[in-house]
Formats: sequence, C-alpha cells, structure tokens
Amino acid sequence: MSNQTAYVRREDAPLLPPPASEQGIMGWLWQNVLSSMANFGSLSAAIVSLLMIFLTFVFGFVLVWMTWKFVDFTILSAVWSDPENLGGAICSVEGVGACWPYIKKWFYGIMVGNEYPREQVWRVYTIYALLAAGITWLIVEGLPWKKYVGLFMLTIFPILTFVFLNGSPIDDGESFNIGSTWVPLAIGGVLIGLGLFGRNGSMGAVVEAFSPALLVLSFVFIAYGIIPLFAGAIDSAFGFEVVRTSKWGGLLVTLVVAITGIIVSLPLGILLALGRQSNAPLIKWVCVIFIEVVRGIPLISVLFFASVMLQYFLPSDIDFNKLLRALIGVALFASAYMAEVIRGGLQAMPKGQYEGGMSVGLSYWQQMRLIILPQALTTVIPGIVNTFIGLFKDTTLVMIISIFDVLGIIQFKAGKDILWYSPVTGPTGYVFAALLFWVFCFGMSRYSLHMERKLHRGHR
Amino acid sequence: MSKVATDRSIDRSKMKVSDKVAIEINGMNKWYGSFHVLRDINLTVNEGERIVIAGPSGSGKSTLIRCINRLEEHQKGQIIVDGTELTSDLKNIDKIRSEVGMCFQHFNLFPHLTILENCTLAPIWVRKMPKKDAEEIAMHFLKKVKIPEQADKYPGQLSGGQQQRVAIARSLCMQPRIMLFDEPTSALDPEMIKEVLDTMIELAEEGMTMLCVTHEMGFARQVANRVIFMAEGQVIEQNEPEEFFNNPKSERTRQFLDQILGH
Repeated sequence: MSNQTAYVRREDAPLLPPPASEQGIMGWLWQNVLSSMANFGSLSAAIVSLLMIFLTFVFGFVLVWMTWKFVDFTILSAVWSDPENLGGAICSVEGVGACWPYIKKWFYGIMVGNEYPREQVWRVYTIYALLAAGITWLIVEGLPWKKYVGLFMLTIFPILTFVFLNGSPIDDGESFNIGSTWVPLAIGGVLIGLGLFGRNGSMGAVVEAFSPALLVLSFVFIAYGIIPLFAGAIDSAFGFEVVRTSKWGGLLVTLVVAITGIIVSLPLGILLALGRQSNAPLIKWVCVIFIEVVRGIPLISVLFFASVMLQYFLPSDIDFNKLLRALIGVALFASAYMAEVIRGGLQAMPKGQYEGGMSVGLSYWQQMRLIILPQALTTVIPGIVNTFIGLFKDTTLVMIISIFDVLGIIQFKAGKDILWYSPVTGPTGYVFAALLFWVFCFGMSRYSLHMERKLHRGHR
Repeated sequence: MSKVATDRSIDRSKMKVSDKVAIEINGMNKWYGSFHVLRDINLTVNEGERIVIAGPSGSGKSTLIRCINRLEEHQKGQIIVDGTELTSDLKNIDKIRSEVGMCFQHFNLFPHLTILENCTLAPIWVRKMPKKDAEEIAMHFLKKVKIPEQADKYPGQLSGGQQQRVAIARSLCMQPRIMLFDEPTSALDPEMIKEVLDTMIELAEEGMTMLCVTHEMGFARQVANRVIFMAEGQVIEQNEPEEFFNNPKSERTRQFLDQILGH
C-alpha cells in the first residue's frame, strides 16, 4: 500500500454497528463518567484512575447527602401548619425542619413590608399583576402588539406604579408645587429647540453632533416635568391615600429598586460606553471618571453617600426621599458596570462594520443604533444579564440605610418577632429568601439564554 | 494571474469620459503619526472614468481611495468630490458619503441584517425613502448583481463572491455617482473572482465613474481608461492601459509589472 499512488475503490466500505461504548447504559456511563478517568494501561495511570473513581464516589455521596438533608429540612421534617396558633412553640420541637407557618404569617411583610396598610395593599397587588402580565406578554413569542405593550410598560406603567404605590405625586402629600413642573419643562423645551434646529448644522458642528443626545435629554426633562402632572391627574381621579415610602418593604422594595436599576442602567450604560469611546475629550473624560469612580466604590458606600452625605451637598430645603436616593445610587452604580460590559461588546465589533456604515452615509447615531449596538449588545447578553442578576441581589444592601427589602424584612422584622422565636425560624427565613431570589435570578438567566439563541439564529 | 478579466466582448460604447470633473485632488498629503503615507497627490477624475490604482502593498493606494470618502482624514491639500470640498464639516462628509459608493476587501456587510435589509438600510435612513420604494430599488439592484433569490438570507449564508456582489448592490442602492473599490477580489477564491469582476464590468459599461484598487491586471487592461501606479505614497506613473502595460516609463513600474505578470 505504501508505494501505491493510484487507487480506485471498487466496493463501498461496510456500514457497521457502533461499538458498545457508544450505546446503552454502559455506553452512557463510559462516556459521561468513566471515559475521562478509567485508564489501566500502566501502574501510575491505574493509581490515578482509582483515585479519581474514589473521589467521584465521595463527591457523589456528599451531593446526595446534602440534597437529602435539604429535602428533609424543607419538606419531610418541616412544620406545615399551626392549627392552634402556637406560634414559635410549634417549631421549637427537637428535630423539626423548616417552620412554614412562620413564613405564612410573615408572607404579607415579605411581599410588601409589614407596615404597608392592609386596606391599601390591593394597590400593590394590582401593580404586581400588571407587571407580571406585561412581562409575560413581552416574553411569550407570537403575541401581537408587543411594541405597544413595551411602550406602555416603559411610559404609562411607571407613572401608574408611582401613583398606585405612593398615592400622590409628592411623597409627603404636600400640595403640588407648580415650579417643579415648569422649570424642567422649560429646560426640556430649550433642549428640544437646540436639538431640532441644530440638527441641520445651522448652529455649528458641535450642536449638530450632539443633537440626538440633546433630544434624548430634553425628553428626560419633559418627562420629569410632565409625569407629576399626569400622576396628579390620575391621582385626583382615583383619590389615593398616601402611603409613604418609609412604610414600603419586602419584595415591593426589592422589585422597585431592581427594576428601576435595570431600566435605567441599560440606556445609561450604553451612553457611558459610547461616551468612553468618543473622540471628544470632554465627553470621554467625564464618562471615564464617572465609570472609574463609581466602579471603584463599594455599593454600600454609594448608598451611605446617597442617604447621609448628599444632604451636606444639597441646599437644605431640598429633601430627597430616602428610597429615591437609594434608587438613584443603585441605578448609577449599575450603570457604571453596565457601561464596561457594553464597552466589551463595542470593542468586539470589527472596524469594518463602522466603515460599512460610514460608507453608505449613515450618521454616527444611525451607525450606532442600526449596526453597532444591535450586534454589540447581542454579543454581551451574558454580561448584561450577569449585571442584572448582580444588581437584583445587590438590592439587599439597601437594608443598611434602613430600607427593608425581602432579606431586610426577614432579618430585622420577621426574625425579631418574639411570637415566632424558635431555633428554626432563622434558617427557614433564609431558605425562603434564597428561594425567592433564586426564582427571579434563574428566570432572568433562562430568558437570557433563550434570547441568545433567538438572536444568533440568523447570522451564526 | 489571468491576463483577461472576462472572455466576452466588452461594450465600450457607453464608457464615455465626460469633461465634467468628478473628483479633484490637489497637493494632498497624509501622515499616520510621523509616517508620511501619502505624498503630494494630484489627481483629477472626470465623470465616466474607470481608473485602476495599482502598486505594491503599503504604497498607500487603499489609503488614497479611503480619503476620498473620508474614511481616512488627510492633513494637507484639497479633495473636492462632485464640487464639495472635504473638510471636517460633518454635513459635507455625509453628503459625499451618500454619493460615493464603496466596496471593501472584506465586504463589510451587516451580519445581523438580511441581504434585503442590508440594501435598504441606507436608502431608508439616509435618503428617507419609504420602505416599499427602498425594497423595490434593492430588488432591482440585487437582480442586477444576479442574486435576487438570496434577498431573505443573511450574509453569513452566502459565498464570498455572492457577499461581494451584495456589497456592490448595497452601494448601488444609494444611487452613487462614483464607486470606489478597495481590493474587491483579494479575499475571494479564484472561481469567485470572475463573478465579481463581471458585475464591475457591467457597472463600467453603464458609465459609472470608478476607482479601483486591484491586482486584477486583466480588468485594468480591458476596462480601465487609466492606470495609476503608486509606490511609497506617491503616484509614480499614470497612463492608458495599453501604454502602461506595454511600455512602462519608470523603472519601478517595470519591476512591479514583472513581478505580478511574471514576464
């Protein structure tokens, strides 16, 4: 054969059944468990193989044992009901597992905070239901009017949420201050004018280049001015009683902080990432300094700063709501991280994509919106969702400025309930908190995987 | 390298050079840092001209045509495209870019958009054309480059030659008056080069003003009305193709032609 240069196959090679290692239970075991470790070819290889098999069994045993313990604690040995209203006593029996009646008793507090007035709580549950419905509508494929539902969720829903949860445009229920409407509206109007008329270059290249950013900013100001007006109108139509944010707690706080953070941090992160790549030194350095400063500070410091220090810097007659300050702190903090994730996506874009866009005459913002960002964001979906998940869990830190989220309520309110004092109340609370957080985070994680597959379908 | 770009006869009747100036470059210089990449470039291109720019790699030929639609910035001298001078004025740059089409060595199609969307993007967003009209025009040009059936696919699903033809169609959808080609066939397998050259020849036959950086000397011979030879950032020689190939005046041109034509 070796010196044969001409060759013609005269018969087809036979199709053979696969070897044993490719099929059946033994095949599965071989491929998934043993193939990487069973090698008895030499003495040393055999020793390593035996060791690995031994370790596999040890870890397998530990895993099974821990799973069993968890199932035992949460289900088998758990206390499920408290028919005689014994409270903590019923869970103080030797050897019992999780104390679920305690969670049931504190469920209200965990959902909306124990101080939220009960006769008003339907408002929160309405918002929860709307939120769940809106999100479901947006993520289930094939439903119509997604664009309008999305628009509703980003514009009207937040205002509704504010009115429903808070009850009045201003936290303290003070009469509505007209100045706070007209000032932002006037600024917004000026910015719109600059943006629209500067777009054709009649006010110089600088105004022209920034006109889209000016327009975006003007919308922010106008929204800031108009929302209280809207909210005031809705509020006077419904006539809600004010529920101060200091009475909010539990999942309500967690969701408000996390969702606001998520919604603010994505666009702000995009702007910061683009700004960091800008050719204009001023924009670039503002973005770099913001990102590096915020990213270099622990979230706890940002929250302390927002809750305590801010008062020293602002005029004394401006009194920001504490939750609002935490919201801003968390949102800005997440934006800095988001900016770096998105910058990674931008850097992964080949230069040719910018040039392709330029060569057909697209402006900078068009290139970004139509070509660069759709691809860059798709590339970094795992990083974006990673940041979202981190942000969701970081909301627990608001407890250090005595705003009580899910964990805060469980730790400082439910956990201090003397009626439910027992050895297992603490662990039960933490297991429940862990499950609650895990459900939300796992949901986000699965949805991101789905999005990745969907968006990569066409062009990979 | 084949000596001809196509076997068919080429209709030169429409390839008329008018007196109108399309591009005028006066005393243009460009540096990358302290490296002087383009030195004293003077070039006038009339409407309808087909110019091939040849030269060894690193001679600045790509940089030259990339300056024409401001993908690169020149530091000294003047570039006037269609009567508009290229300065840092964004408005002029956008205007020139929407009238000058460009094809790249690596196509630079947008992978997240379908072929049709690639072609309609700029007409819709830059020309503010209604989507339906833009799609009509896109299909017209996709037919012209002979791949209308691929309209709903994504660039990644096409062969290199097909992608380059889409890139040409994408540029044509903006109905440019000038087309720049930056080594359009250099990244293609040999059997795909011909289909792209054929498309470019058809374009020339319709009277398009073209500047091509290419190593396809067959194309230069058959289609160009002028060949420019560049080396070390300077225009060394320019002439009609016959003269350029058969009777090169400069020693460097002769060396270059010897190398790439192998005679």
